Amino acid sequence: MTPPSPPPASPTGSDDLKPPPAWHAGRHLLSVTDLGAEGIEEVLRVSDAFVEVASRPIPKVPALRGRTVVTLFAEESTRTRLSFETAAKRLSADVLSFSLASSSVKKGESLRDTVETVAAMGVDAFVVRHSSAGAAAQVARWVDAAVINAGDGWHEHPTQALLDCYTIRQVLAERAGRAVSDVGVKDFVGLRVAIVGDIAHSRVARSGVLALSALGAEVTLVAPGSLVPPSLEGWPVTGVSHDLDAVLPHVDVCYLLRLQTERGAGSFLPSIREYTADYGLTARRAGLLAEGALVMHPGPMNRGVEIADEVADLPRSLVLRQVANGVAVRMAVLFLLLGQVVGGDAAGVVADLGHGPAGDG
Amino acid sequence: MAERRRKMLSPQRPVVVIRGGTVVDETGERRADVLIDDGRVAAVVEDLDVPAKATVLDAGGCLVTPGLVDLHTHLRQPGGEEAETVETASRAAALGGYTAVLAMPNTNPTIDNAAVAREVLALGETALCRVAVAGAITVGRAGSCLAPMGELAALGVRMFTDDGTGVQDAGVMRRALEYARGLGVTLGQHCEDATLADGGHMHEGAWSSRLGVPGVPAAAEELMVARDIMLARLTGGRVHFLHLSTAGSVALVARAKAEGLAVTAEVAPHHLALTDGELAGYDAVFKVNPPLRTDADVAALRAGCAAGTVDAVATDHAPHPPESKEGPLDVAAPGMLGLETAVAVTLDALSPAMSFGAVMALMSWRPARIAGLGVDQGGDQGGPIAVDMPANICVIDPTERWEVDPERLASRSRNTPWAGRMLTGKVRHTVYRGEAVVVDAKAQR
Repeated sequence: MTPPSPPPASPTGSDDLKPPPAWHAGRHLLSVTDLGAEGIEEVLRVSDAFVEVASRPIPKVPALRGRTVVTLFAEESTRTRLSFETAAKRLSADVLSFSLASSSVKKGESLRDTVETVAAMGVDAFVVRHSSAGAAAQVARWVDAAVINAGDGWHEHPTQALLDCYTIRQVLAERAGRAVSDVGVKDFVGLRVAIVGDIAHSRVARSGVLALSALGAEVTLVAPGSLVPPSLEGWPVTGVSHDLDAVLPHVDVCYLLRLQTERGAGSFLPSIREYTADYGLTARRAGLLAEGALVMHPGPMNRGVEIADEVADLPRSLVLRQVANGVAVRMAVLFLLLGQVVGGDAAGVVADLGHGPAGDG
Repeated sequence: MAERRRKMLSPQRPVVVIRGGTVVDETGERRADVLIDDGRVAAVVEDLDVPAKATVLDAGGCLVTPGLVDLHTHLRQPGGEEAETVETASRAAALGGYTAVLAMPNTNPTIDNAAVAREVLALGETALCRVAVAGAITVGRAGSCLAPMGELAALGVRMFTDDGTGVQDAGVMRRALEYARGLGVTLGQHCEDATLADGGHMHEGAWSSRLGVPGVPAAAEELMVARDIMLARLTGGRVHFLHLSTAGSVALVARAKAEGLAVTAEVAPHHLALTDGELAGYDAVFKVNPPLRTDADVAALRAGCAAGTVDAVATDHAPHPPESKEGPLDVAAPGMLGLETAVAVTLDALSPAMSFGAVMALMSWRPARIAGLGVDQGGDQGGPIAVDMPANICVIDPTERWEVDPERLASRSRNTPWAGRMLTGKVRHTVYRGEAVVVDAKAQR
């Protein structure tokens, strides 16, 4: 564990040792606004190191050895939970998996009692998924541990936005023929992004708008009127469109949201069929995209609804890359929130990251 | 009957002197001491000679006004005793300067029949303020069958409401208004169109959109206000609009009044002071129905008070136990405490644009009449403070600054939105039926 040479101060190997930004002091990641542009950039930078870790024969580092991460999921979500648990395990944290739907909450125990009970077992971080907006923020008030919002109702899903930004940055760097660690976040300035679909009920959209705009991207929302939030006052977006065909030729990224199929039952939309006809990324519509425009989706995809089967599998579609990067970005978030708590240790971890596989992987 | 029993129980007639204050009532404002003997005002004069054995209440620098009347109180009894009881609510009310509260009928069981109404009235006999009862408009507040309004009116019930929910069916509301007209009673409407409001947990607007919380649009309230104005016109019935929260509602009521329709309106202190931005931290203590709205709505409600469109400030005091308030916003119960903070919050919101007398009109004599409790209606509330009038009086120090400590409230619940905040204006004494039930901001029983 002891580094053989004076350790570099950051996972990227640069030697600028800066005091941790404000969001470390808060020790929570509840909203993208907790990060700001600087925080987002930091997460992306640290993620680079963990993407490298993932490529090792043994993709595991001891950064969070002895620490305990709980995934507290009150809503079904296989992929996000697996992504966080994989991230925590690759950092050598102990992982406890707690499903509220299948446990004490059904027996009438309140969320607070459940959370405090789990906290009493000695937990360093809660990863919280809940169907209610603000649930993660409430958990943060009840416990001393770090809290990461893994999706709260329609509100936010910050790590999804971070991994999306990471993925965009990675692709842009590759195209420019540069190392991802060299590009920073300058490429986001002026990047034209369309977020398409059920904006009103989407935590992915809220976090995405905040993160992309913080980095300088120009975000346009595209949705039928009934799926636009009642108010966009204060939203850092360039506009709202109800005409996807008109928007597509002018975007660098087309970000499709999952359509909850129950919205098509008649109260928000006349039918799924009409939604697909007007807002689905069909093969014809994909042809309207500019050369090199990216297609993204947070998953799980409704093939044939918001995205046509053949479009989902095109090379420009980054869906699987988003998933792969999700693990690295979540490692970065966990590491930044927990890894630097013990003075000095973080430096060693960073050194390990930069110098081959961890000894005890 | 209660009156006679009380006299027999207390052979010593309580004599109280309120000294050194400024009397403010419907007839105006004057420097005077008030002598109270045996439940009635015996003298209102400057520099009164204090009789022996009199309890002297110092009112220096204070306003001496008719006891406040709250048109909208959830006492939670029967059925919700873990949140509040008639006794604890009445103590909170007395501490807040109230000498009468109107008990909302959304108890369990509902106050939709004489037996439950009698139970609450009986509990009120030993309370620290008068407990009047509102009956439900429909059986079980379910919105379909009319409750036995005649049976309830015979017990003295003057106000009927399904508060907690609005009567959704316009046909049912029409029949209820027609029936109520024959009884000379008023129907209070909780204006909320369920098809627009259901599933919402805060005001629908910029904040709800940002926070990802399902909202209740202003139109959900205004739609029912507009409908009931039309029904008031159709039936000639009297409608009282409960806890109006939007600028649009105030405008609708102003027009209806200009037309001469028999409508009255109340607003809650929290709607005069707080906005939906309070929910930015997802603290469910700020969840209330109707929801906290925008700055523009707050301004319109205040202007409505000043213009006379709004007739009363009513607390919508809604106690909830901690477990009902600490969950996520969409799970938490709506409602907040109000009785003990109403005077301070209302004075702060409405003066100096309005005079003390005008503010007290909204909190005492005008609501007293809406509730049918005015002296000229055979009741004992709302003053004026004059010889031979029933001695229901409160003494307010409008300049005292105090910090709201939820642990020190008399209510059984703690869900005040003002926890930890400084307020200006405090009730120093309250006299109910001649008895000093609050002295120096302390309840005497």
